[in-house]
Formats: sequence, C-alpha cells, structure tokens
Amino acid sequence: MSVTRGFLGHRRERDPRLPPGQYNAGDDWPVLTAEVTPNLRTDAWTLTVDGLVERVSTWTWDEAHALPQSEYHGDIHCVTTWSKLGTVFGGVSVDEVLDAAGPRPEATHVMATSTTGYTTNLPLEDLRGGKAWVAFTFGGLPLTTHHGGPVRLLVPHLYFWKSAKWVTRLTLMDHDEPGFWERNGYHDRGDPWQEQRYQGD
Amino acid sequence: MAGAALPGRLTPPTTEEHAIDTGTPTAPRGGWRRATVREVRDPGGAVVLRLDVPDRVDHMPGQHYVVRLTADDGYTAARSYSVVSAPSDPLVELYVERLEDGEVSTFLADVVEPGDELEVRGPIGGWFAWDGETPVLAVGGGSGVAPLVSMLRHAHDLGRPELVCLVAAARTLAQTPYAEEISGGCQVVALSRETSPSGRAASRLSAADLAPLVEGRRTAFVCGSAAFAEAASQLLVSVGMPAGSIRVERFGPSG
Repeated sequence: MSVTRGFLGHRRERDPRLPPGQYNAGDDWPVLTAEVTPNLRTDAWTLTVDGLVERVSTWTWDEAHALPQSEYHGDIHCVTTWSKLGTVFGGVSVDEVLDAAGPRPEATHVMATSTTGYTTNLPLEDLRGGKAWVAFTFGGLPLTTHHGGPVRLLVPHLYFWKSAKWVTRLTLMDHDEPGFWERNGYHDRGDPWQEQRYQGD
Repeated sequence: MAGAALPGRLTPPTTEEHAIDTGTPTAPRGGWRRATVREVRDPGGAVVLRLDVPDRVDHMPGQHYVVRLTADDGYTAARSYSVVSAPSDPLVELYVERLEDGEVSTFLADVVEPGDELEVRGPIGGWFAWDGETPVLAVGGGSGVAPLVSMLRHAHDLGRPELVCLVAAARTLAQTPYAEEISGGCQVVALSRETSPSGRAASRLSAADLAPLVEGRRTAFVCGSAAFAEAASQLLVSVGMPAGSIRVERFGPSG
C-alpha cells in the first residue's frame, strides 16, 4: 500500500453496499456511451437469441412484453467508480429467453450486441439463475434513451458496461471473445467486488 | 451531469443500424506506476498537473490515466483523467476540473504540491484514441477539450497540424481551457456568451460552425458533458458525418 500524503477522503457516507473503489452517486445517474445515441423505434426493434441454441428465437417488442415480467431491486456499479444504490428495473429475466431458445450443452459464453454495433461478452453463467434482465423500465417508467431506452441488458452484479444499451441480440458461443470495451482495455468479466476493471486485474 | 435534458434534439440519425467502426489499432496500455508531481498550475476552477511517470508507456492522444489516492487506513479513491500532453512530452499532463464536493479533484487541486508522489495507471482506452494519421474533427465542450488538445499537440509534433481540426465550445474565453493553443488553421473557439478572438459572434455551437470542417475528415471525436456530447454528436450527424464515425466521450462529475 502506498499512502498518498495528506489524503483523508470523504468517508462520511461509506455504505457497505459499495464495492471497493466505488462512490455513491446518489440521485445522479451519469451517462457514459461511446457512440451516437440511436433513435431506436420499438416497432422495428427485435431481440434475437442465436448461436449455440436449439432454436434461434426472436421476439418483437410486443412479444417480449408478453413474456413473464420481473424486477430487479438493488445496486448498479460503473467502472468509472460511481455506483447507484437501490435501483428498480423492470423487464424480462434473461432466463426466459434463454430457456425458450435452449442453450446447447457446449455453450459457455454470450456476446450481447446492440443496434449501434456495440458488443460485450459475458460468461453464460452470469446471465442465468435470475441474475440478468432485458430491461424496459427504470423506477417504474420507460427507460430513457440516454440510459439505453427503450431496452437494455441489465447484468447488475457486473460493471455496468456489461449491461449493453439498446440490446438486440444474444449470441451463444463455445468460447470467450472480447466485446467492444474488452478489446479496448477493459476486463473480460468485470466483477466490481473483485475490482476487475481493466485487462490484467 | 446525469441525463441532462437536451438543449434541442437535432436531426436524428437516419438509420437505426449505424454500426460503430471498430477498426481501432491496439492502444498501448500501462500498469500502475508511482508518478512524481513536477508542476502544479491553477488556471482557475481547475488544476493542471504535470507528472513524471517512470517506465512510462507512451499514450495515444485521447487516452486517459487513472489517479488513485490512498489514505493511511487503506481507503482508496480513484478517478480517470484525460491526458493533455503529446506522447513526445517528457511529462504526462492532466487537466483536472475542480468539483466543489469532489473527493479526488479537490485533493488534487488544493493539497498536491510539486514533489508529491501519486499512484497512476495508464494509458487506458482504445476507443477514444487518435492514431496520428487519420484526419479528424475534434469537438470539445468546456474541459472536454483536454484529450483533444493532446491530439492537436501531437499533430504539431508530427509537422501535420492540418490533421486535427479542433472546435472548442464554451461560454467565455476564460472558461475555455487551453484557448491560447486553439487558433489558426481550421481551429475554432465557439463562445456562447461573448465574441471569440477570431471575431465569431456569441452563439451556441451550431451546424454552421461544423459544416465547413467535415469534408475529408474520416473520424470525429466528441468530448464533453452528456448534454454537450449529445448535442454536438447530433450536429455532426446533421452536417454529414456518419454516426458510425463519431467517437464520443461523455463525462460527468466523478469527484
């Protein structure tokens, strides 16, 4: 440990829900996006699960809303060090769409793709067991465009770049390969509790 | 910053599918280093730190460093700052906007002195990074010019200043970091509250500022607050820059 001369830090509101190196953004929800915000129309959007599945499956906006809906109540963590506590997102559990498509036994990883071409990779296990959603609402209201609306992936136990905005495709693979930020220096998994921010962490 | 309202949504992208161009060369990446602070300058509302980083990995203009502060009980706080210096500069220059309640920025602005050591990690980021060859249009709002000034300095080092067209938008000249370097050639300082040194009348950044600069520029870099980045990137789309050629770095108060 190398102590910084004179640094005390603001620890007045250190919350046990904050992973190491994170701070509480409070009511703020910073926007961090690498590309131009798309103008995504719900009548043209579809969600497809393909790759190593028994049945390549696609849902329209209405079909995705007809699936059983569920909510996430909890925290989100951005690699840029802000966390937002006590959020509520609503949408479809990724388990629902994976179960419908039927992952083949050799599938181990997933590439999520957005309408913008943004990609992010995830171990399949990080999307199963009630840990991930295709989210349509935040705080009971439609997700705004800046925050990935009308639809984004939500994988709240990993850094938030894994929660791809404007998600349109989940592709199951038998190997890992880096997505957009992962090719650009960020960690392949991104567990905030292990501070897996950059490649090599 | 947090999802600020748009000052006016301009022409939206014409297609929903505008695949981002991911043809980026592999960016250099460095690990943790103990840097020594060599210079501290206070341009008002911000601090410029110039750091001697041992065994440094040269950055690409646009990349950033993480600065990590550690208290004596092990508590840490880390923030990312864009590099302002060119790769040829023997020191790494960071521009840190001082946020009133900012845990890290107030420390860097108020406490750090020359001779102090800081833990830094970088360079980081392979997306918002200029290759030093592609002609680019760089549009920055306020302190968002910091990584773009690195591009401009690097272009001067290469003897090819025409490769980087930098448009800096701010309220006033005093609120335009590095304004003295943004002049001549196709550089533009666009001020909303006062006349620019070039004679541009006070007005918000508009399509008229950007339209003459787009031709032949294959990539645009946009950096600033969420609201600025959104408005500027939509302006670029409206004057013909393909959405997939626009690389955006949005930032907000991260203390």
